[in-house]
Amino acid sequence: MAEVNKLTPKDFKSDQEVRWCPGCGDHAILNAVQRTMANLGIPREKFAVVSGIGCSSRFPYYMNTYGFHGIHGRGAAIASGLKVANPDLSVWQITGDGDAMAIGGNHFIHVIRRNIDMNLLLFNNEIYGLTKGQYSPTSQLGAKSKTSPFGTVENPFHPGELVIGAQGHFFARAIDNQVKVTTEIFEQAARFKGTSVVEILQNCVIFNDAIHEDIVSRDVRDDRTILLKHGEKMIFGKEKDKGLVRDGLKLKVVTIGKDGYTIEDILTHDAHEANPGMHLMLANMRYPDFPVALGVIRAVPAATYEERLDQQISEVQKQSKIKNMDDLMRTGDTWEV
Amino acid sequence: MATTKKKIEKEEVVIRFSGDSGDGMQMTGTQFSNTTALLGNDVSTFPDYPAEIRAPQGTVGGVSGFQLHFGNAKVHTPGDYCDVLVAMNPAALKANQRWVKNGGTIIVNIDSFSEKNLKKAGFDENPLPAFKKGDYNVIEAPIQTLIHEAVKDLGLDMKSIERTKNMFALGITYWLFNRPLNHTETFFEQKFAKKPEIIEANILALHAGYNYANTVEALSSHYVVKKAELEKGVYRNINGNTATAWGLIAAAEKAKMPLFCGSYPITPASEILHELSARRDLGVKTFQAEDEIGGITTAIGASFAGNFAVTTTSGPGLALKTEAVGLAVIAELPLVIVDVQRGGPSTGLPTKTEQSDLLQAIYGRHGESPAVVIAASSPSNCFQYAFEAGRIALEHMVPVILLTDGFLANGSEPWRVPEMSSLPAIKAPFVEPSEKEYLPYERDPETLTRKWAVPGMKGFEHRVGGLEKMDKTGNVSYVPENHQLMSEYRQEKVNKVADDFPLPYVEGADEGELLVIGWGGTYGHLHTAVTELQEEGKKLSFVHFNYIYPLPKGVEKIFEKFDNLLVCELNLGQFADYLSIKVPGYKYQKYNKVQGLPFTVDELKNAFNKILEDK
Ligand SMILES: Cc1ncc(C[n+]2csc(CCOP(=O)(O)OP(=O)(O)O)c2C)c(N)n1
Ligand code: SF4
Repeated sequence: MAEVNKLTPKDFKSDQEVRWCPGCGDHAILNAVQRTMANLGIPREKFAVVSGIGCSSRFPYYMNTYGFHGIHGRGAAIASGLKVANPDLSVWQITGDGDAMAIGGNHFIHVIRRNIDMNLLLFNNEIYGLTKGQYSPTSQLGAKSKTSPFGTVENPFHPGELVIGAQGHFFARAIDNQVKVTTEIFEQAARFKGTSVVEILQNCVIFNDAIHEDIVSRDVRDDRTILLKHGEKMIFGKEKDKGLVRDGLKLKVVTIGKDGYTIEDILTHDAHEANPGMHLMLANMRYPDFPVALGVIRAVPAATYEERLDQQISEVQKQSKIKNMDDLMRTGDTWEV
Repeated sequence: MATTKKKIEKEEVVIRFSGDSGDGMQMTGTQFSNTTALLGNDVSTFPDYPAEIRAPQGTVGGVSGFQLHFGNAKVHTPGDYCDVLVAMNPAALKANQRWVKNGGTIIVNIDSFSEKNLKKAGFDENPLPAFKKGDYNVIEAPIQTLIHEAVKDLGLDMKSIERTKNMFALGITYWLFNRPLNHTETFFEQKFAKKPEIIEANILALHAGYNYANTVEALSSHYVVKKAELEKGVYRNINGNTATAWGLIAAAEKAKMPLFCGSYPITPASEILHELSARRDLGVKTFQAEDEIGGITTAIGASFAGNFAVTTTSGPGLALKTEAVGLAVIAELPLVIVDVQRGGPSTGLPTKTEQSDLLQAIYGRHGESPAVVIAASSPSNCFQYAFEAGRIALEHMVPVILLTDGFLANGSEPWRVPEMSSLPAIKAPFVEPSEKEYLPYERDPETLTRKWAVPGMKGFEHRVGGLEKMDKTGNVSYVPENHQLMSEYRQEKVNKVADDFPLPYVEGADEGELLVIGWGGTYGHLHTAVTELQEEGKKLSFVHFNYIYPLPKGVEKIFEKFDNLLVCELNLGQFADYLSIKVPGYKYQKYNKVQGLPFTVDELKNAFNKILEDK
């Protein structure tokens, strides 16, 4: 294996000035990614950060790793080619909600379906930042923006639902400014083999300020979100007295010690369960009926595309008599003059 | 037996097999070509099939054809008109009757000439009596009746029996041209190894056809075509798509780099992807993407990773890839984009050939976005130009668009297999691990290429991407003067690729009345037409372009010595227009065809004669 070198977050900072708006959630995410990479024990030259186009997609320039700033929506495909060509790399895709789910929707679902081993960080600010404030595929129905001055008439995508629907094996959710928690989630994503999608609720201070505020502001966060951890009870709330239980085919929020509910009744999170039903319900929980789920919601190990491909290549190579082009050109129907 | 009949020597022969698209005409034609090539003739083939997998049976729209031309000298085209037409039904006759030479032989499956079928094909009355009255030798073979008779003991179902019709027809032509049956027998033994009754049925049908031809009175003569004088070596038949795939693999081997192909299926290019996918044994990684954009962008990612990256497509797919070609231009990464041209615009004539993507390839991008464009000119030399596309891309760090077309892609010819040791080495400008400082956009002063560092190399971390890059450092830059400088560098880098290009060879005198100019897949027809007129004593010459953008340096020195320049192409004059920009000051006359068909030698000769006589 690669040498385990002691790197610090600073080692991952490039010499380029970070040009996001002051207060943009992207700054904190950059910080978390740099911390995560330093923790992983992977040499710096083995990291490749790939993106499409959007504010968030400027990310590779700020990273002192190999980086590729692609074209709008195509980051997933560029990263796929990169990883398949060299499975030895730790590949990270940075993408926005417009980049991944509008113009890049096709590549997004297909990289997940193929389960290419990469980490896809989806910065969800429910708006197009770079092009200055048009609604995006994650904007809520009725959201007002430059291209929906009277409110959108479109249903939004929910990233978790889309990921699980595309047979995703890893889905997590994080909040931009919770750097410590986010770093832990990124680490789990990085250590997961397969496509790991982390949706980060990111704040665009300029065009969609406070869009996630209902959920993420410090005073309400504990009551309106739940941080899921594999093997732990699904408990939340400032007083740690609320929990999730099963109610028929649905989930229900209960208070421990009320209506006869005890800690035993509270569900334990199993991120490794292959059946996606529970994960889908957890990913789809929305305020005010439910707390929004954070943390690793789904992490089910499975073979990756590039593993299968490399295995197939070595199996075929073992069996085939053709070892080079001279062999190939001289097999089959040939004749001599 | 057979030997008692008359033998007629011929220098070359054209045969056209035609039938319903389910009749197996492509396989029949391929078998005849392979057998013929093995006997030492030169062969050129032209499969021509409908876009619908199953058009209504028995209609002209559903006719599938396969023409082949073989001879005792090099043949450069599949031939205009055929000596023998095999028509499995009236529709096939209707669609192909105009391609039969005067005095030619027409073999029909008379069992299918029912009133109903004649009507379906659009004949008001049975055309055969008229052909017989004319200068044609018509053979009315009761193919269906005879194959049922031949295979009746095998206990096969109707469908399987009917499927052997084509082998009966093949058997007739094998007798006619004195070809051995054993190659086709072996083919069946291998292809249907698990179905002995199918092997037997096909072999019985083949023999039945052969024996029928031997006994039937209508066929009084055998034809003999002597071997061609070919250069010594190992030969095989190859079509343009296979040759392209192999040329790409060969380039990867010579560059000692893994080959990655990101692609999305499209006619007539899919077969390149099939060929590459079959070569896991040579370590080829094919990635069937979700669409063309995914195809090219995965390839760009693989190129960034240090693979020899390619993507394959046809015109509509190239249109989708356009934005990403620009990305490869600005990232200055090597990439080969194969465009197997077909009839357009839009879905156009998807199974037919055309040369109308030329300007798309040269200019069809946003911004100042120069890429190299080259074109192959015969099925087998697709190998050479695919290899060359790889060489240029890798050595110059540029995207290269390789143009072939439907005619080259599906057409085949015998090919003298090269030794890998005879091909040039390819050396990509990878940075040496020992180098201390790496500036990703520092350029080689000679070629203006930048050096290539790939992820995983310690100490060379850097960023590339679509935003304009500062000279040398590669940092993002909006400095106006820098954008101009970088734009000029990228253009000049591509211009300098022409330093390696040979001047195209002038066939004929290097001065005279008429210079015929062509490019890409029309080579064989133009060469043949010009040569035939030259043999008649006409004064004309021919020059053919494989290097398109940039043009080889100094072509004006060729053009200036001729009174007339005639640019012939399968579009409405794109190369002629391009030449008038790049090599101004000359009057470029145009000869154009946009019918989804290759030129015929005849029409070309007429066009050339007209200019020669007009003066
Ligand atoms: C082919 C193409 N179409 C459109 C654009 C314009 N464009 C750039 S970024 C963007 C949307 C970005 O939104 P998002 O992905 O949510 O990222 P954010 O800026 O919010 O981080 C658009 C429409 C483009 N660059 N390229
Ligand atoms: S526009 Fe919004 S998303 Fe873009 S940098 Fe500014 S705050 Fe961030």
